[in-house]
Amino acid sequence: MENLINIFIKSIFIDNMIFAYFLGMCSYLAVSKKYKTAAGLGMAVIFVLGITVPLNWLAYNFLLKEGALTWISADFATVDLEVLKFIVFIAIVAAFVQLTEMVVEKFSPALYNSLGIFLPLIAVNCSILGGALFLPTRDYEFAEAVTFALGSGIGWFLAVVSLAAIREKMAYADVPKPLRGLGITFIIVGLMAFGFMSFGGFELPFKTTEQQQAEQEKSSAKVENKSAESVVNSVANYSE
Amino acid sequence: MSTETIEKTNDKVVEVKKPSEPLFSKKRRQLLSNPLDEDNPITIQVLGICSALAVTVALKPTFVMAVAVTAVLVLANVVISALRNTIPNRIRIIVQLVVVASLVAIVDQVLKAYSYDIWKELSVFIGLIITNCIVMGRLEAFALGNKPWDAFLDGLGNSFGYAWIILAIAFFRELFGSGKLFGFQVMPDGYIGNGVMMSPAGACLLLGVLIWIVRSRSGYVED
Repeated sequence: MENLINIFIKSIFIDNMIFAYFLGMCSYLAVSKKYKTAAGLGMAVIFVLGITVPLNWLAYNFLLKEGALTWISADFATVDLEVLKFIVFIAIVAAFVQLTEMVVEKFSPALYNSLGIFLPLIAVNCSILGGALFLPTRDYEFAEAVTFALGSGIGWFLAVVSLAAIREKMAYADVPKPLRGLGITFIIVGLMAFGFMSFGGFELPFKTTEQQQAEQEKSSAKVENKSAESVVNSVANYSE
Repeated sequence: MSTETIEKTNDKVVEVKKPSEPLFSKKRRQLLSNPLDEDNPITIQVLGICSALAVTVALKPTFVMAVAVTAVLVLANVVISALRNTIPNRIRIIVQLVVVASLVAIVDQVLKAYSYDIWKELSVFIGLIITNCIVMGRLEAFALGNKPWDAFLDGLGNSFGYAWIILAIAFFRELFGSGKLFGFQVMPDGYIGNGVMMSPAGACLLLGVLIWIVRSRSGYVED
């Protein structure tokens, strides 16, 4: 549980999809002109990331990873299908997005009007595929993968909404002509990224197991030192 | 977009490539040259920003990335353009994604085999060429409505437009960030690297300024 909270906070603030990895930058810049559309796309990203990353986790761990097919037969222990990960991941994402669009359109027209128009955009949003591609490098458990997905989605939402809020205000500023639009937006994003870099200095609320071990070793070393000191002291006292 | 013109192709196959031949008519030369400046994928069309910022810490990985994107974009453009009359409109996005994903998988395996270090450094960003907006954007806007040879030129032009921007950013980031170019020390000894240039935020600022320069030269103004 503690580990999950750590991953959650880390993926929102420290490893923010936008400010640390620049994933989903194209749609981030394209839809952040108005606060409302930005919030809509942000919600859609949270939703799609939250579902597709766990799906891709399952695909990776039960289909693609070396030795992942052993649940079918022990003979497949040496089969490594990792070459196919791009095709499988993007197929899952695209299929899921298409499916959601159809289901939402059929059963909830109101939700479709607010969310549905963004769904096709999301199939080609780098943050969704990026979230899936981080899985092989990070070795998460299932629960950790879900937390990571939700945290990343919320981080993206936060980033896009705050940029949209700034850009709405920027409409009243007198920006040099060639810098208008994309140029000044990049400079704003850069400044926001500086702000988010300061989260890197935060201590996570719970220590990872490695840190705990390191600290235990330290404290036990201290205890030994102390006992040695007390021996020395007592010897000194005795000699006095 | 200015490049979306459909033109009649001359079926005559010309072996020797000369600018005067119809194979390189004026319009086609523009397909190659426009994306370099006036219709640049990064600074004007706002496509493919993710990788432009993420991989440009040093010149070497950036160069490899540019080559990888060129290979994928050109081949995908040609394949989709050749298939353009057989792809049903409703499922075209999925077809495009599958074609691009297969090409990226090939590029990924080649890189893994021949330059493992850089493959490791680029990590997820090779895979993210799939969702690189340049590839999808050019497929949607150009390859679906034009013949393969035009699509080939368009792909080449756009990937060169992309390449020179990311190489320019990487040049400044590596030079000021670590005092090196392509890994060789350029700055005098004792130069202390500028941490801002190495950080993602610095890349954003640099790209913002670069866009300012390119746009004030071409006179392009947004709204």
